[in-house]
Amino acid sequence: MTQRLSKPALRVGLGLIVVAVIFASAPLWAGRADLRLIGEFMSFLALAVLWNLLAGYAGLMSVGQQAFVGLGGYMLFIGVIFLGLNPLVAIPLAIVAGAVAGAIFAPLLFRLEGAYFAIGTWVAAETIALIFSAIPTLGAGAGMSLPVDAVRAIADSRDGREAVVYWLLVAFGLGTVAFAFALIRSKPGLSLMALRDNALAAGSVGVDIWKARFWTYVAVAGASGGIGAVIFLQKLRISPTSAFSLTDWTVVIIFIVVIGGIGRLEGAIIGTILYFVLRELLIDFGAVYMIVLGIAAILTMLWSRSGIWGGVEKRFGWSLLPTRRTRH
Amino acid sequence: MADPILSVRGLSSGYGDFQALFDVSFDLAEASVLGVVGANGAGKSTLFKSIMGLLPRGGDMVAFRGKPIGHVRSDRMARLGIVMVPEGRRLFRSLTVEENLNIAADHGRKGDWSPRRVYDLFPILGEKRRQQATQLSGGQQQMVAIGRALVANPDVVLFDEISLGLAPIVVNDVYAALPKIIETGISAVVVEQDVDRVMKLADSLVCLVEGHVALSGAASEFTKAQLTAAYFGEEPA
Amino acid sequence: MNLIDAIVQGILLGGLYALFAAGLSLIFGVMRLVNIAHGDFIVLAAYIAMVIIQSTGMNAFASLILVVPLMAALGYVIQRFILNKTLGDDLLPPILVTFGLAVVIQNTLLTVFETNTRRLSAGPIETASVAVGPISLGVLPLLTFAVAVGLILLLEVGFFRSRIGRAFRATSDDPATAQAIGVDTRHIFALAMALSFAVIAVAGVLLAVRSNFDPFSGPARLIYGFEAVIIGGLGSLWGTLAGGIVIGVSQAIGAQISPAFQTLAGHLVFFAVLAIKPRGLFPRMD
Repeated sequence: MTQRLSKPALRVGLGLIVVAVIFASAPLWAGRADLRLIGEFMSFLALAVLWNLLAGYAGLMSVGQQAFVGLGGYMLFIGVIFLGLNPLVAIPLAIVAGAVAGAIFAPLLFRLEGAYFAIGTWVAAETIALIFSAIPTLGAGAGMSLPVDAVRAIADSRDGREAVVYWLLVAFGLGTVAFAFALIRSKPGLSLMALRDNALAAGSVGVDIWKARFWTYVAVAGASGGIGAVIFLQKLRISPTSAFSLTDWTVVIIFIVVIGGIGRLEGAIIGTILYFVLRELLIDFGAVYMIVLGIAAILTMLWSRSGIWGGVEKRFGWSLLPTRRTRH
Repeated sequence: MADPILSVRGLSSGYGDFQALFDVSFDLAEASVLGVVGANGAGKSTLFKSIMGLLPRGGDMVAFRGKPIGHVRSDRMARLGIVMVPEGRRLFRSLTVEENLNIAADHGRKGDWSPRRVYDLFPILGEKRRQQATQLSGGQQQMVAIGRALVANPDVVLFDEISLGLAPIVVNDVYAALPKIIETGISAVVVEQDVDRVMKLADSLVCLVEGHVALSGAASEFTKAQLTAAYFGEEPA
Repeated sequence: MNLIDAIVQGILLGGLYALFAAGLSLIFGVMRLVNIAHGDFIVLAAYIAMVIIQSTGMNAFASLILVVPLMAALGYVIQRFILNKTLGDDLLPPILVTFGLAVVIQNTLLTVFETNTRRLSAGPIETASVAVGPISLGVLPLLTFAVAVGLILLLEVGFFRSRIGRAFRATSDDPATAQAIGVDTRHIFALAMALSFAVIAVAGVLLAVRSNFDPFSGPARLIYGFEAVIIGGLGSLWGTLAGGIVIGVSQAIGAQISPAFQTLAGHLVFFAVLAIKPRGLFPRMD
């Protein structure tokens, strides 16, 4: 067992470390705008990997991940402004808040099946968003800003702060890839995949499967909360509309994973790269690029369900992150 | 012998990667009964599903009145004149007895068979025509399933294990109707595990073992012992 | 008095939500498909009505003569040539394809009609009301409610009395067997979607004369309809009416407390029902 698994695991581990070192050293060689772009890339990568874990592996088709991103963002602001915490301390708070919210909603949402679960997660996100926009202390619909003093607690210089936020985003981006890789190769991960392939067809969900799904959902919710906190630490402003944006934190993420290859770790990575390329090319066309993404996702589902990476796998037999998963 | 009404040539089929039938061939003569026997898992139901197009089959593997029909979609088979009485009856559970018959009549061919004539054949169904089909006893449900096939006014009916799960006395009632159905000129393929019953009814026989035809020919050519031996996969003596 | 008034207005609003829900419930009943773009098609119908009214000068309600068949045809085509390909054991493709359609519709409407909010004018009926005791009932909400009840009755009767309804039920019970007896299930699925889209057309026009809409008004309509379906109990058309009323009344009472609570109250009641009666108030007996 160890013999069989350790070699690719070692290779991937080493690869990730090299990649991590390259990205972590970026503040030394990249400009501020580039850092921001890579940081944003990392946040999308993290969310894509997490959504892929939910939908592609645990069979939990969520369209409500903005609930946890937004909640994490708000917890950062609440922690810093009302509890006087250092922003870096408020991030764990955001993770806990995301996980707790996930744990509260999961038992209710798991009563809904398939597409109804999907819409249920959406209602959950709307509910959380409406609650935050109804609280006057949090700026209600207008939102609020992080005070300058609080931000200074991270680092004195602007470059220093940018670097810290950047490192956090890199940590989340590569950390979720490493986590997902380890999870999928673990025993619970394997049972998750078995569950996805069978439970979807059979529609029957046993206790162990319920637990596996529950913990996946809660872990993803927590991680999304943490990412949300860092994203809004970079933005320094939050409002219900930006925090709980369906388009930014879920629609785009879903399209990334679907086009890249659902149920494949590499799919999330390829999809995120493609998304950023496409965005740079089509940014001036506004809504058109969402239409293009939407049509691409529809065509992927109709003609090649395993996405770009699935096609690459089939054609060349490549696997960057071997998880020994076979499909169909 | 006249041209067969239904002929199967080199049929291979299965579910996904699992092949359940290998190069199966046989002919069904007009107005005759062909019995298909075989143990569980021998491929009998797969055979019917493949003929009906519910499982993939090659374009020239099945012919009806000499014309290849392997490319015909399953929902066109009834119009063509081939229907199936599926294993486990598969009645529409939210439909009444009469609705189960009517929906098949809607999508079948015009002809002498109507729900009324089915009630003549199985009077109990006439009494229960307004009940949900699935509230009936097993034997009565089987009668509905047979009636549902007949109202499409087919030339060929594929009967899949119509004795399954029924008490022997009920099976007698159901089987008693078969000769009356055949008399009207319908040709039948009867899949059955009960070798005695098939031998009494069938003009010709096919025995499937693990997806292969182990034995085939006119029913009169075989003794029960030969058939039983083939059924259990023994080489014919 | 305010409370009773709110409840009555909520019941009437529930009729509109039941219309949103009926189309969803119908296709789920026939083919276990959930159309995530349902709300966006409602809004699309509203825009189509708007264009027709602007170019012909028709009355809003008269425009239904064109909007209903147009939408039904669109529904047939989308099901037949897109969604039928997604049906099968894997649940993700239909969800993701309809989700993709939702985004494409929203952004196409945005490109063509921009973000301005619109409203259809139906003439003096918009403000007309009748007094029932101390409560004043708007004619338009009353009409909406009556249309909802009428349409659900029609669907229910059609489902149980007509040939096509029989084929819907048989296909819903067992598509493979339906196919084996000669039912072209791909056509049946497409017809069910066409019917759902006909209901969508009516809902879209009624929505558009009642309230403002913009290219992104769809998701909220999907959510209200969805809540009504789940509260009413899956697969029950009359249940969707009850579910719609529950959501309508919850929202009306919530709005009495504070405008910010209107939608939230509906969501909270939805989660409460999910916690207490997960199969809905009127689960279909199976």
